[in-house]
Amino acid sequence: MKGNEALAEAAIQAGCTRFFGYPITPQTELAAYMAKRLPKIGGVFLQAESEVSAINMLQGAGAAGVRAMTSSSSPGISLKAEGISYMAGADVPGLIINVQRGGPGLGGIQPSQADYWQATKAPGHGDFHILVFAPNSVQEMVDLVSHAFDLSDNYRVPAMILADGLLGQMMEPVEIKSSDEKVELPKKQWATCGHNNEREHNIVNSLFLQANELERVVRERFERYKVIEENETMCEKYMTDDADYIVVAFGATARVAKAAVKDARAKGIKIGLVRPITLWPFPKEELKEVAVNAKSFLCVEMNMGQMVEDVKLAIDCSRPVEFFGRTGGVIPTPAEVLEQIVKLSGGEQ
Amino acid sequence: MAVVFKKPNALTDKPTHYCPGCTHGIVHRLVAECIDELGIEGKAIGVAPVGCAVMAYDYFSCDMIQAPHGRAPAIATGVKRSLPDSFVFTYQGDGDLAAIGTAETIHAAARGENITIIFINNAIYGMTGGQMAPTTLPSQVTQTSPYGRNVNEVGYPIKMCEMLSTLDGATYLERVSVDCVKNVNATKRAIKKAFQTQIDGKGFSLVEVISTCPTNWGLSPNAALDWLRDNMIPYYPLGVYKDSTSDKEEK
Amino acid sequence: MQEFNSILAGFGGQGILFMGKAIAYAGLIDGKEVSWLPSYGPEMRGGTANCSVCISEEDICSPLVTNPNVLIAMNLPSFDKFIDTVVPGGTVIIDSTLVSKKVDRTDVNVSYIPATEIAESKGLKGLANIILIGKLLEQTNFCSYETIEKTINEVVPARKKNLIPKNMEAINIGMNYKN
Repeated sequence: MKGNEALAEAAIQAGCTRFFGYPITPQTELAAYMAKRLPKIGGVFLQAESEVSAINMLQGAGAAGVRAMTSSSSPGISLKAEGISYMAGADVPGLIINVQRGGPGLGGIQPSQADYWQATKAPGHGDFHILVFAPNSVQEMVDLVSHAFDLSDNYRVPAMILADGLLGQMMEPVEIKSSDEKVELPKKQWATCGHNNEREHNIVNSLFLQANELERVVRERFERYKVIEENETMCEKYMTDDADYIVVAFGATARVAKAAVKDARAKGIKIGLVRPITLWPFPKEELKEVAVNAKSFLCVEMNMGQMVEDVKLAIDCSRPVEFFGRTGGVIPTPAEVLEQIVKLSGGEQ
Repeated sequence: MAVVFKKPNALTDKPTHYCPGCTHGIVHRLVAECIDELGIEGKAIGVAPVGCAVMAYDYFSCDMIQAPHGRAPAIATGVKRSLPDSFVFTYQGDGDLAAIGTAETIHAAARGENITIIFINNAIYGMTGGQMAPTTLPSQVTQTSPYGRNVNEVGYPIKMCEMLSTLDGATYLERVSVDCVKNVNATKRAIKKAFQTQIDGKGFSLVEVISTCPTNWGLSPNAALDWLRDNMIPYYPLGVYKDSTSDKEEK
Repeated sequence: MQEFNSILAGFGGQGILFMGKAIAYAGLIDGKEVSWLPSYGPEMRGGTANCSVCISEEDICSPLVTNPNVLIAMNLPSFDKFIDTVVPGGTVIIDSTLVSKKVDRTDVNVSYIPATEIAESKGLKGLANIILIGKLLEQTNFCSYETIEKTINEVVPARKKNLIPKNMEAINIGMNYKN
């Protein structure tokens, strides 16, 4: 299945019945798939007049208590920033897919990871985080969609799948758990779905004019973030046990990096790979652990080095962190990464 | 003793923050009376705007969502498409609906979205302290048109009902005012008709209420009502701009 | 083949992406790891089109093929772009109807087959890509003949099932063509 279509089908299997989107390359297949499938299962596909409207429709659906998603690519995510902030501020769950392309501006349409900062640091204005997942295969995209929905509901935090044009466009075999039974969603006592004259009215709101009150609400949310950081961080470690050198890469780039790590091992270089699967929360502890025996780190990204600071912070700058990246839609090759690894290891072979 | 006048159930006990002489209070009450009379509070979800009515979520006793500036029709769309049996209304001012949220408004109408919009047009941004709105009249003085709205520079006011009436998707559009008892009663009839349009599944309805803003117009409440009659109603004629309720099938 | 890393390239409309899907599907039927990655661009029709297809016994690290061991070129720009990226010992299959140049490398195995011309003359218009799969099969044995039969049955869309015999005919022509 094509990555974009797999994301869509996985969402449907996870109980997502509402989709709001706006056409943009390279994620269009996802919306097209939803347009075909959702009406057949009693769901709703709606093409909004703008990215801005789409994210607000998502907020409306999320507030009403249903499982819903929107998808876009980089420039479109910038437009959604406002809505993402409001969702975070009103504790409304929902899933946002970003099939990244090159930027800034209109940029290009080739694969990119240049929205790392946007996703992990500033998906909108204000004091907040969203859950960010970075799959590296079509199968993992599928697995993370239902996981992201669950966590988003449980913690009442919006979630994002940070994919890229390569993952969205590529086809790989996938297994999607399909069940004819309806997915049981957690009861949402807070949802604005009509009080039916049986309870006080619910309010979904991000406005708190009293400074003390807003501080209290934000602090409570950050307590939740702490629980998320402790329990929901995901990362893959590959050949790190005896590694002198560590490559850190996420998403599609991690596959290229893994190929290079294998080649470097064949040359006798003791190197391993740490692949953050959640970008927020970031796998700080895991990086700290491997830093004990590692001499230095190499971040490989499809951007100008956006994750480097997070790696440095995770290991308290205790080891040098080098960077190799391609940007603008250029995908690094295993050979290029291998060359960097050889350089990192001082040419020892 | 017989009760001859009481607060509608659809309003909470919370005192509103509106300025003295502001007509938001009247319209809130009319909306609440219609909700009561139609018996729809239990399935109603209201969407509050950004603007003076931002805290409407505290005043209506149905479930409420507070929307980003201008996005109320998109939020309402998300709710209604998720819960088709619910009753969904937005309550928005002129800056929210006719400036930053123009696209959301037009497209919700064009889709024939089965929601109701209560649109308060008082020709000014109230909450932020009296700036020029998309509906500010030619020559009208505001904080950001201190020499009067110069139409050669900043263009003309937008007549939303007229504009929306060209859309096949819109079902019921009426412009009313709350400047006198007769018009207050007409406003209630319009809101009820708009609500009924949604209940009957007939699609998009909007009631534009010509209102005052004594504080930012710099007038006493009474003088503001006179100004409304003398200036706003001639520019924004009252009446039904579209009514295809008898043509449209239930959705 | 242990590792099959291919680039298939030509014009949009030649069925390049379909050819890639069919090859990947064959790998899938044989229970191997596969990936298919298209180039995508603003031109919907008539522009250049290419895709990377990997078939492997192990997890596929990089689905983006930069140094293929199989290249199928269906036009001159693709030929020029990719011929030097093929690893030594690799297989190159060229639609010689559309590519007049010859390969000047001696370290790759080259097959020239006028697939487009053959397709036209045999009443198999639009199946030049399938003829090339046949040639690929003969050159590399990337899967068995039975697997290809199953693949054709699976990948030909339901509304075109009547075209399965023609597709198999194209496979056979490709397999039996001698330079």
